[in-house]
Amino acid sequence: MQYGFLYQFFFYLFGVIGVASAITFVTRKNPVAAALWLVNTMFCLAALYIMMDAQFVGAVQVLVYAGAIMVVFLFVVMLLNLGQPSAAADIKGTGARIAAGVAGLVLVAELLVLARQKLPPLLPDLPRGTNITVPITEPLFRQYLLPFELTSILLLVAIVGAVVLAKRRG
Amino acid sequence: MVPEALFFSALLFVIGVVGVLTRRNAIIIFMCVELMLNAVNLSFIALSRLYGASGQVFVIFVMAVAAAESAVGLAIIIAIFRHHETVDLKNINLLKG
Amino acid sequence: MLQAPPPLAVPGGAHPLTGSVAELVWLLPVLPLIGFVINGLISLFTSYHPGPADPSAPHDHDAPPSPPGHGASASHAAHGHDDHQPRRSAWHVVVSIVGPLVLLLAFALGVAIFVAIPAHMQSPFIRTYFAWMPVGTDLPLHWAFQVDQLSVMMVLFVTGVSALIHLYSVGYMRDDPGYARYFAFLNLFVAFMLVLVLGANFPVMFVGWEGVGLVSYLLIGFWFNDKANSDAGKKAFIVNRIGDFGFLIAMFMIWANLGTLDFTSVAAGAASLPVGGVLLTTICLFLLLGCTGKSAQIPLYVWLPDAMAGPTPVSALIHAATMVTAGVYLVARTSFLFSLAPLACLTVAVVGAVTAFFAATIGLAQWDIKKVLAYSTVSQIGYMFIGVGVGAYVAGLFHVLTHSFFKALLFLGSGSVIFAMHAAYHHTHNEDDAQDMRNMGGLRRYLPVTFTMMWIATLAIMGIPIFAGFFSKDEILGAVIARAGDSTMADAHWLGIPGSVILYAVYVLALAGAFLTAVYMTRLMLYTFHGPNRTGEREREHLREAPLMMTGPVVVLGLLSVLGGVINLPAFLRLPAGWTGGLDRWLDPVVGQAALRLTHGVAAETPHELALVGLAVLVAVAGIATAVVRLKPAALVPKRQSAPAEGVERVLEHKYYVDEFYDRTVVTPVVDVSRNVLWKWIDAGLIDGFFVNGSAWFLRGLAGIGSWLQSGQVSAYAWAIVFGLLAVLGAFTLR
Repeated sequence: MQYGFLYQFFFYLFGVIGVASAITFVTRKNPVAAALWLVNTMFCLAALYIMMDAQFVGAVQVLVYAGAIMVVFLFVVMLLNLGQPSAAADIKGTGARIAAGVAGLVLVAELLVLARQKLPPLLPDLPRGTNITVPITEPLFRQYLLPFELTSILLLVAIVGAVVLAKRRG
Repeated sequence: MVPEALFFSALLFVIGVVGVLTRRNAIIIFMCVELMLNAVNLSFIALSRLYGASGQVFVIFVMAVAAAESAVGLAIIIAIFRHHETVDLKNINLLKG
Repeated sequence: MLQAPPPLAVPGGAHPLTGSVAELVWLLPVLPLIGFVINGLISLFTSYHPGPADPSAPHDHDAPPSPPGHGASASHAAHGHDDHQPRRSAWHVVVSIVGPLVLLLAFALGVAIFVAIPAHMQSPFIRTYFAWMPVGTDLPLHWAFQVDQLSVMMVLFVTGVSALIHLYSVGYMRDDPGYARYFAFLNLFVAFMLVLVLGANFPVMFVGWEGVGLVSYLLIGFWFNDKANSDAGKKAFIVNRIGDFGFLIAMFMIWANLGTLDFTSVAAGAASLPVGGVLLTTICLFLLLGCTGKSAQIPLYVWLPDAMAGPTPVSALIHAATMVTAGVYLVARTSFLFSLAPLACLTVAVVGAVTAFFAATIGLAQWDIKKVLAYSTVSQIGYMFIGVGVGAYVAGLFHVLTHSFFKALLFLGSGSVIFAMHAAYHHTHNEDDAQDMRNMGGLRRYLPVTFTMMWIATLAIMGIPIFAGFFSKDEILGAVIARAGDSTMADAHWLGIPGSVILYAVYVLALAGAFLTAVYMTRLMLYTFHGPNRTGEREREHLREAPLMMTGPVVVLGLLSVLGGVINLPAFLRLPAGWTGGLDRWLDPVVGQAALRLTHGVAAETPHELALVGLAVLVAVAGIATAVVRLKPAALVPKRQSAPAEGVERVLEHKYYVDEFYDRTVVTPVVDVSRNVLWKWIDAGLIDGFFVNGSAWFLRGLAGIGSWLQSGQVSAYAWAIVFGLLAVLGAFTLR
């Protein structure tokens, strides 16, 4: 099965924008700017998800990550009044940067070497007109029903924990 | 398509790692961790094109865990900030042995 | 918890002693133990009066420390004023009554048991009281007592002699500040001694064995204010430990090979071992090592002369009459082992003979009256070893008995002499040595009773006819000749020398020892009681005979020394049946079989017995004559004026320099190795430095690294995680 040029182009486009946004995110000193660049990456990822027939996850990615989690981050940044870059350098010195870069390159190299294996053929695309939530409901509510329910407990615990931790004590 | 997605995933992951290693601001580091999670999610989605929809389910789980984690983590950061007036990890070493 | 007693070897029915007074045998050690508890508590809880009687009290004038073993009045060494009343505890009377009383009761019980034993009781009466140290099912150690003819004999003489010496001590120690302590120890000694002789298995016996060693140590160092005394105690203790090592090894070997430690079971099991085999011989030699320690034989005799630092009644009781004969008792008790190992028997005899001769030569040149008697004791125990060594167990034990009479008498007599001498010196504030014979002389005018009794004992120890020692010593000497003629020992070879030759040599040595015994005992009597008095003009007026409390027991012992022989009169006297060989018949069920085994199963007939007896008596008389002719008490000068000895005499006076030899070859190297290697190098360097502090340093360093790693910096942890990730992925990559 072949994908058209336009598909390829946009796939690469979103991928490159996402990686570029990520690099920009890591190098911003201002936490607010960094967070916004990260949001950008997440949008690109959502686009990639949708292009890979994971439309539901792509939507959730936008809603949860970009919409909820990153907003909470920004909220905290602003709550703590960390919007301005601090006087002390937030980013470590040259030595650490070079070391981190080297470690990153080595890691990429290792990952690429390890990923170099023969992959099985692609599954067929979803037929047109399919309800896009159907493929994911099957495993989610059958095979992974218990983990799914436990997730709700995890979230409950997280809510209580967050409230207790962040509560201002007399 | 899938190899390219995995390649982007690797790049994003490594960018997250480098961010964790080079930044001092706790919130930024937290965001780097989120980036790494997203990179992994991208791998899951790409591989779900080869192995079926289970990968997408995992992504949903990862998101739930990430949401919980960010809620608790940010609460901790707020508590630390109240105590230390900073989120610079250089100054936070209560676990020093 | 009463364990079922082991089955008695009585065919059909209960043991004849069941239900008799012998059931009370447990009371024998308990009685003195009660005395120990009472006297010990009194000693602990009565206030200690640091009065003039206390050497540690401040003095009105400077006095040098009293020489060791200053008898009862060592407490008077301070030489305070004459008119002082020695302060006595209000409990003094209680101690004086309780101490001897428990012994008299024990003696009475012993007599009752003795009477209850029927003639020809073939098997021992064993009572098991409780499981003492049950080690699995392999080693069910019971606390058990054994009543047989041998143990009853030992009980009788131990309690009897002890009772007499306790009575004597009431007079001798009356002014000592440690009076109650003294009696507590003395009672404890008897308790342990009775455990020793009554124990029905090796471990119980060993408890008594160690216990008497402990009390011996405590009493040698009784006047521990003086370092020489406590040193002597330590020496005795340590030398005894060497012997105990042998005893323990022997015990282990017996158990490892026979699986039991009960005397009756070992006796039954030993018969299955190869006769004269290496195993039996080794066991017996290790037992012998134990005996040489406890009984002061070569090479471990060196502690006994020093043990005279204790009070004189202690020397009489522990270091002459009872404890030091424990080795002889052990050999007789384990005769079922020794009789199967002719080589070990020969070794016992040789050790005894060499010791008998060697110690007698040293006794020739000693000036301290107690030292002479100490070496005499070593020498006499040598005779007992010859006896039990050649398988004449009855003769050896007979000598134990008679020796306990006359040696206790000699010691108590010398105690009276020292008592008188010291009192005299004390009155005149003289600092001279009250135990040195050069300071005595002519005491027979002042101490007539002691003088008479001492001569009786002297004649007894020399082996002059009708006195007790004559019968026992001659029986031993006769047995040596008999065994040299025909026995398994005579057939054996010892270091390549035929056993018979060795036994003849043993006889010659023993005879020479008898000659020397006569010489040194005559010397002792001549210098002490005869000739001119060298005490000093002023002191002479204060020489007094000891009080009745002390002369009484002395006289009783004197009678026993004269008449002790009747319990085992020799056959050659041709007395009516029943008069001779009493002890032989009595002990036959215990040691008879073992003795027969050594003589090829035939009762030993001593050839030319009358001639041998004549020879022995002749030798003794020759010894007396030599001493009387050669020694001139009149020419003797008091100690402070006498010149140091020369030549052979000097060597003898210094006891062949054996102490110095041991010091150089054993003590000094051990001390040096201990100090320089074990202490400074191994303990301080290796153990403390490397293991103790080193491990601490190592762990501190390790903890330092751990602490440094736990920097608390999240980025450091992140780096660590990334490095780990890189390493793991790298490993997969390079696979």
